[in-house]
Amino acid sequence: MNVLLDNLALFREGFIGTVELTAASALLAMVLGVTIAGCRVSPVPPLRIFGTAWVTLLRNTPLTLLFLVAFFVIPEILFPGINSFLLAVLACGFYTSSFVCEAVRSGVNTVPLGQAEAARSLGMTFLQSMRMIVLPQATRTVVPPLSSIFIALTKNTAVAGAFDNVDLFNIAKVLSNDGYDILMIFFWITLAYLVITFTISGLFRLLERRLEVAR
Amino acid sequence: MTEVPLTKDTAPTADALVVLDNVNKHFGALHVLQDIDLTVARGEVVVVIGPSGSGKSTLCRTINRLETVDSGSVAIDGKPLPEEGRELARLRADVGMVFQSFNLFAHKTVLENVTLGQIKVRRTDKKAAEEKARKLLDRVGVGAQADKYPAQLSGGQQQRVAIARALAMDPKVMLFDEPTSALDPEMINEVLEVMQQLARDGMTMVVVTHEMGFARSAANRVVFMADGRIVEEAEPEQFFSNPRSDRAKDFLSKILHH
Repeated sequence: MNVLLDNLALFREGFIGTVELTAASALLAMVLGVTIAGCRVSPVPPLRIFGTAWVTLLRNTPLTLLFLVAFFVIPEILFPGINSFLLAVLACGFYTSSFVCEAVRSGVNTVPLGQAEAARSLGMTFLQSMRMIVLPQATRTVVPPLSSIFIALTKNTAVAGAFDNVDLFNIAKVLSNDGYDILMIFFWITLAYLVITFTISGLFRLLERRLEVAR
Repeated sequence: MTEVPLTKDTAPTADALVVLDNVNKHFGALHVLQDIDLTVARGEVVVVIGPSGSGKSTLCRTINRLETVDSGSVAIDGKPLPEEGRELARLRADVGMVFQSFNLFAHKTVLENVTLGQIKVRRTDKKAAEEKARKLLDRVGVGAQADKYPAQLSGGQQQRVAIARALAMDPKVMLFDEPTSALDPEMINEVLEVMQQLARDGMTMVVVTHEMGFARSAANRVVFMADGRIVEEAEPEQFFSNPRSDRAKDFLSKILHH
């Protein structure tokens, strides 16, 4: 008997679960990460302090701990009855946002200061100069580390599987309880993760090449 | 060293466009601007010269608050420079700035460089902005390069585009921070000619430069700085032929005779 063929539907469900969680968390992490990076390079000291605190807190907290907070504290205090997928997106997204922020900030730092000065001299606001001048030029440098961050995120979503969110790691547990050979389960699960991570690195390589031409 | 009493400007007249009043600034322990008083009248061309490290560039950059000041005040057209924010952005739009390192937006074409400020800051519509940009690019002699990226241009061409970019905002005053210092010798003149023309057209200009020829021919007034102070202010003819302070004499003797 074959664990993959016998449980194709379950595998599909787990695969889609991981892809969805990765995509949603990546989106949240991007939006938060760029915003927080903006805070960290802004001329407003309270925003800079907020950004630094955000990164320090989330980057240095173990992901499992964040999940514990997300699954056992947030539903109790803030949003009773919130579904586990959303909680997992919050935990993974917030955690990853700190890494995205630092990647974006390193990209911002590679753009010569004169570019922002020229933008400000034309009368652009800080937000305008970030959006139209600095970030577009930072993108090229930010893409390679972002690829690594999102691959790490894909694998990190497995923690959610341990918290009863349906994904690849979660179905591995289920199948193992059903008595299938653990080696074969992990073989197929690993392959499924590789499909996702290779897709991410492929997409980013494409993006990198596209940006190279654009200059 | 002789101390030359500076004729202190009396209360700013209605025609004073840029007024620096008792400006002080430190970079750590370095007192880079010391009690700077400077008034630039509308239509006046002021050239700031002095040895490197004397604070000329910093002075130029405080006028649009790219550098903050520790004490004293800077006012443009009667309005004191506000804190960083929308208000300051609006004021900066009226002050053109040309940098030593050009600072053209590297990811935008020449034309986009000149239209961007008009469209995003002045809210001009795209067509009018492009028309004006092309006119300005023609005026500074780089009209044919409109669709290229800055990296494809020579230094002299880039600096002329930068001047066009600043002019596109219809500034009240233009600041030039060593505009020719990063240029190959054969490109300096093409930039200086554009600046000469601007001066003749009555633009108010503050120019930090090492080009004594330009100072002689285009300036209404030469401001000589050393060690963070304005040591001497005079008309160019008088300053170059008969400097009053020892510091200026020393400086001129070093740069003019060899």
